[in-house]
Amino acid sequence: MVQGRSFGRKLFLGINIVVLCLLVLSCLLPLWYTLCISLSGKAAVAGGRVSLWPVDFTLSSYEAIVKDMGFLRAAGISAGRVILGTGFSLTVILLMAYPLSKSVREFRYRNLFMWVLIFCYLFNGGLIPWYIAMKNYGMINTMQGLVLAGGVPVFNVILVMNFFRNIPKSLEEAAIVDGAGAWMILLRIVIPVSKPVIATVTLFTVVNYWNEFFQGLVLSTTEKMYPLQTYIQQMVVTLNMTNMTLEQYQKASQLSNQGLNAAKIFVALVPVLAIYPFLQKYFITGITLGAVKE
Amino acid sequence: MLAPGFLWLIFFNVVPMFGIYMAFTNFNPGIGIFRSPFTGLENFRYMFVLGDVKQVFFNTFYIAVSKVIMNLIFPLVFALLLNEVTHSGFKKLVQTVCYMPHFLSWVILAGILAGIFSFDGPINGIRGMMGLEPFLFFGSSKAFPHIIIWSDVWKEFGYNAVIYLAAITGIDQGLYEAAAIDGAGRWQQTWHITLPGIRTTIVLLAILALGNVLNAGFDQVFNLYNPSVYSTGDILDTWVYRAGLKNFQYSLATAVGLLKSVISFVLIAVSYWMAKRFANYTIF
Repeated sequence: MVQGRSFGRKLFLGINIVVLCLLVLSCLLPLWYTLCISLSGKAAVAGGRVSLWPVDFTLSSYEAIVKDMGFLRAAGISAGRVILGTGFSLTVILLMAYPLSKSVREFRYRNLFMWVLIFCYLFNGGLIPWYIAMKNYGMINTMQGLVLAGGVPVFNVILVMNFFRNIPKSLEEAAIVDGAGAWMILLRIVIPVSKPVIATVTLFTVVNYWNEFFQGLVLSTTEKMYPLQTYIQQMVVTLNMTNMTLEQYQKASQLSNQGLNAAKIFVALVPVLAIYPFLQKYFITGITLGAVKE
Repeated sequence: MLAPGFLWLIFFNVVPMFGIYMAFTNFNPGIGIFRSPFTGLENFRYMFVLGDVKQVFFNTFYIAVSKVIMNLIFPLVFALLLNEVTHSGFKKLVQTVCYMPHFLSWVILAGILAGIFSFDGPINGIRGMMGLEPFLFFGSSKAFPHIIIWSDVWKEFGYNAVIYLAAITGIDQGLYEAAAIDGAGRWQQTWHITLPGIRTTIVLLAILALGNVLNAGFDQVFNLYNPSVYSTGDILDTWVYRAGLKNFQYSLATAVGLLKSVISFVLIAVSYWMAKRFANYTIF
């Protein structure tokens, strides 16, 4: 009996490992395949001869990217947007989260502001009124439009606020006795002890700004102002999938430079892969600590 | 300290809300929102005369509800399987790799999926080896909702499992030891200890998912769809985008968007109330 159970257990564990390995492969192989396409010769790609290893290895797609002004400009816009946007977003989030982390006793109108915040989180005017407002503010084709439009994600404010609420009161009380004001306490005490959640929110913000394509599309009337993801969406993704008959589709996919497209896609995801180890280190603690209070 | 944040909310969130008035007018950009002729509920009446809006509501609901259900079940199964792994290095590797797709944008993933599922791509290569005809995945309105639902499950299963894994870690290890002494196998332990131990978490996630039943995922659909799959793949958000910003039917698009916002708002409010009532959970 005991023998039987342990055999069943071993069988289960074996199958479990196989299933998990398949899941891991399902996440890795698509990226690997794209990399292989980007490193293969044009003829090999068009002939469908590339599978899991580059065929006729060449860096020509990457050489083409380096000379592609449109791509480089879009990448530059995205980089600028990430830097400015993260600075702006983080400053506003921290300044907002601190007073809201206080109890009603310490900050009388806390709940009023909280309700406004939650209402804005759950309800909005929709795309068209938002777009018309942006147009009236003069946000079209500008960097401030790209930076400000997604500037204050309410979810992140709540994450940071919940983290602040869990900081022991005694830390702040000691500083108050020493005569420190609210700004001093936020800068010198609250922020230094909140590194995990600040790291989490910073990384989320960086990834969000880098990955955002829709505002880039709607707020730009010229491809000269596209951030990288919008540029790729317009130049690579849309071309692949327009309405075509089978023959047209086959002809178009042979004409389009799949290797170059794959290289563009890969370059656009490398920054996310590069910060992913840091992201992975913090986001689980950041989320689990920020999601619960008390 | 609150000033910058709330000024931002006023400009980028509250002011656009006044634009909702457009939904009750026949908006003419030349004369402005508040001088355009007031038409009452005409836009809402008209939207239900249009057959495609009804279809779009149905598509949205179908895709979103399927996603909600699958995104509750698959991450749970994944978390339970991962919990059975004893080798911590392997466990860490699986987690690291499976969380990653969550952080990639749908633009990137659409580009990658388009390559893999293309007419001469690897999936059709495998079909060829099995003696099947190549299949134009992104041109089939029958296949499209499945592609949307399953690619979303694939992108998010790892990330969605984080909360389940945290809940499993919180279960008292003494319960497992006691059960083992009483002769319970791993299977019985999972059924009688792990699952009941994370029941509150499961219920809570299910309740909070209620607010998403009209969120079919704009970024994903927008990057994967094309006119040949509009019949099953067009969702409210993509329809509003095309009607409003491509065809300049501002008032009609605002009305459809408003209907979606209001329904979602009511559902979320109900879900928060239920979460407080049944799981004693508040977000702030």
